[in-house]
Amino acid sequence: MGSQVHGAQKFDEAKRAATVFSDEAMKTVQTIISHYPPERIKSAMLPVLHVAQAEFGGWLSPETMDYVASILKVKPVEVFEVASFYTMYNLKPMGKCVLEVCQTSSCWLNGAEDIVKYIEKKLNIKVGETTKDGMFSLKVAECLGSCGTAPMLQCGASYHENLTYEKVDKILDDYRAEGKLRSYTDLDYKNTL
Amino acid sequence: MGRKLLIHNDKVPGINTLEVYRAHGGYASVEKALKSMQPDQITDEVKKSGLRGRGGAGFPTGMKWSFLAKPEGVPRYLVCNADESEPGTFKDRYLMEKIPHALIEGMITSSYALGAKTSYIYIRGEYFYVARILEAAIAEAYAAGWLGKNILGTDFSHDCYVQVGGGAYICGEETALLESLEGKRGNPRIKPPFPAVAGLWGCPTVVNNVETIAAVVPIVNMGGEEYAKIGVGKSTGTKLISASGHINKPGVYEIELGITVEDFIYSDEYCGGIRNGKKLKAVVAGGSSVPILPTELILKTAKGEPRLMTYESLSDGGFQTGTMLGSGGFIAMDEDTSIVKNLFTFARFYHHESCGQCSPCREGTGWMEKILKKFLNGTATESDVELLWDIQSKIEGKTICPLGEAAAWPVAAAIRHFKHEFLEIARNKKFVDISHYDRLNLIRA
Amino acid sequence: MKVTIDGITIDVPKGTTILEAARMIGPEVAPPTMCYYSKLKTSGGYCRTCIVKVTQGSAANPTPMPKPVASCRTEVMDGMVVENTINNDVLEARKGVVEFLLINHPLDCPVCDQAGECSLQDLSYEHGAAKTRYEFPRREFERIDIGKYVQLHMNRCIMCFRCVKVAEQLTDNRVHGVMHRGDAAEISTYIENVIENEFSGNVIDVCPVGALTDKTFRFKSRVWFTKPVDASCDCKKCSGKVRLWMKGPDVLRVTARKNMWAEVEEFICNTCRFDRKSVSDWKIEGPSPIHRGSVISQNHYNHLNELKVQVMKQQKALGFMDINKRP
Repeated sequence: MGSQVHGAQKFDEAKRAATVFSDEAMKTVQTIISHYPPERIKSAMLPVLHVAQAEFGGWLSPETMDYVASILKVKPVEVFEVASFYTMYNLKPMGKCVLEVCQTSSCWLNGAEDIVKYIEKKLNIKVGETTKDGMFSLKVAECLGSCGTAPMLQCGASYHENLTYEKVDKILDDYRAEGKLRSYTDLDYKNTL
Repeated sequence: MGRKLLIHNDKVPGINTLEVYRAHGGYASVEKALKSMQPDQITDEVKKSGLRGRGGAGFPTGMKWSFLAKPEGVPRYLVCNADESEPGTFKDRYLMEKIPHALIEGMITSSYALGAKTSYIYIRGEYFYVARILEAAIAEAYAAGWLGKNILGTDFSHDCYVQVGGGAYICGEETALLESLEGKRGNPRIKPPFPAVAGLWGCPTVVNNVETIAAVVPIVNMGGEEYAKIGVGKSTGTKLISASGHINKPGVYEIELGITVEDFIYSDEYCGGIRNGKKLKAVVAGGSSVPILPTELILKTAKGEPRLMTYESLSDGGFQTGTMLGSGGFIAMDEDTSIVKNLFTFARFYHHESCGQCSPCREGTGWMEKILKKFLNGTATESDVELLWDIQSKIEGKTICPLGEAAAWPVAAAIRHFKHEFLEIARNKKFVDISHYDRLNLIRA
Repeated sequence: MKVTIDGITIDVPKGTTILEAARMIGPEVAPPTMCYYSKLKTSGGYCRTCIVKVTQGSAANPTPMPKPVASCRTEVMDGMVVENTINNDVLEARKGVVEFLLINHPLDCPVCDQAGECSLQDLSYEHGAAKTRYEFPRREFERIDIGKYVQLHMNRCIMCFRCVKVAEQLTDNRVHGVMHRGDAAEISTYIENVIENEFSGNVIDVCPVGALTDKTFRFKSRVWFTKPVDASCDCKKCSGKVRLWMKGPDVLRVTARKNMWAEVEEFICNTCRFDRKSVSDWKIEGPSPIHRGSVISQNHYNHLNELKVQVMKQQKALGFMDINKRP
């Protein structure tokens, strides 16, 4: 559970004031909200948090969550409760590319542990850590529904399946060359099989 | 070759687009339903078909639909459970990714039957790219008039939306899914009331698995009776099986319910046997939560009859010698697999996924994982086996939702059938990982 | 509606839960509760200590329920037959629940202000095992002050959700809640925040353990050395009906009045709870009736003192509280 932050966090008023969606992101948020009856817009919480995470640097700061609360007209604590429940929301800053290696049964039967060790060695970080240059974070994930194409890892929206060491090398090289923040909401996902 | 009703067109180029899907007979069920059938007739056909929930529990779908409360002036909802997260299961992802319109067609036809003006597809957040595929398909369907106001000129209007989750296995439990859809923590609700009476936003709601909804399409097209002719006994129709583990051909297979397990594992049409000429050791037949069975019990029942891929045959013998069809997550393990270590990955999974609402699951799942870790460290004692057994028995049946059972059953089954492996580690004070990772070894060499 | 619990039949109105029906019969058959609170809507169902076996669903449909049910959230059907204390499976399951609740509990009763009026102590005493089978490090959290008057000691929390429901149902701005999930779940404000509300102090009274305690009473006295007295005042914010916990002439703390099920009769405001700590603030009504079997009801420890003398006679040179040493 690498992304967990326990206890009370600091809150920065200036940072909060500067937290505003771009017009494009706001449009996406409004579309999501339109999917629900007007008195039920809290329902948009999960998808809007995904948009916010992609928009504000790949993680949800207390200020970001407070901003989402104001848009969805809920108490900030309700957003904290939800964001901390689900594994896909990062509650602390992460690398641009978060590598999530599946470690459950079928992936383990097919060598997920070795993939994790290989990435740890290659990037010189442990699970839960971020590389010094801020490019990669490594996480382990529970079953990502890719058991027939195990082992696998997810980065942002992209699924990278049937992994071998060589494929991992190539995947990391490509992301490094690209050098951009990868989010679950990316439209330009590029799965590899 | 068995008949296929759901993914028969999966290899057709462009089948993800409306144009190609339509050219292959797509949306015929919507036409048939809206133009020539009353909503209740569709429910009757689904009842006649004998279709059972494909998410894992196997509850008769027609019966579930008929429980839906229909008070005047209160909206009703259909929610598709696309939160596929049961380890070993990836069939819904395959279906949605390859043929998204099959699900959307099912959503429209089913919504018409249930009188739902709005439906939601709740898909697990990790499948974000699949959600994009579904959204694109929905946009196509709107543009072509299959969704929206007055579909096919009738007075049936329908809106269908996709919602992504945030990463939580528990949201596959239908009431947790509804909580999550309402923008809350995925804590399962205490039942009753059931969703059919008070579901999404307190309104009557039906929650069905992706495959279940997709199966409504062929049922409407061919008629419930015709559909029921496929299969054996109360296991009618076809089922998607996600096959993984140490088999030659992992992947998603659509089978006619009733083929033998042996045929499924060893025939070239399906899994193609065990990799590298190894022997089969054990199978988890229906997703991580169902009891693991050793080879002799998965191929034949305790009575010596061939085990079939049906709800009834797989559960023959109860949990003493049987298992469950579950979600159809079929994980095969070869002779070099450590059952204890595989169990550890399951225990870690359930510990990670417990929502924390009720005490037996919150505390018990973590405890079991810690004890299993002792086995991997070689520090376990023989009494730890008894302790594990006792803990799982105190979780099973004592929790709010079925995650308690899902966490307890694999532990119980592993001890029931493979106790000697636990005892051996405890006696030798040493765990030797005998598993092989052949694909990776190729590269190392 | 007729329901039979442990062989005793009672007539109850429709909509009554099994737990409420059992309480109507009496404490002998009433299941213990840790999370249910009759004054808080939607409470209960989480801790699983009140599970019972329904051996007959109703007169119309006599089939037994397959699994034990949470009696606090299961409504009675006419002709239902329930087994609680007479069913060994139920008692065994409850023992399991107690063990689960305790594996991550710090067992720091000697330094916990709740000791003596703690539902978890009572539960363990009545339904638990003597020894733990848990050998791993326990979950640990930092202590947090949430506001001027309330301290959150998360290590002791059993996740009953009562305090969250108090904030939701009694106040208009909930700032604390449940963060994270599974066994990492914690009650927290997440960002540094204070629970500042006229009724926030009630979270202390509803907390079944020592997770939320009154800072104005912190380490002042063991509760069994204080005398509970019912008192009232003319309060504009609440009923003003309280319980004073006195030592000599001093009011060491003020709480709401609790009934025999350890539930408050009426919630009180923070002014009464924290600011009226002088006898002159109150009209004394008389000594409080203390119903349940906690040490407070032993009323003033004559019995305990005798016991102590006997023990001391047998174990010379051994402190009475020195539980770690063996003769």
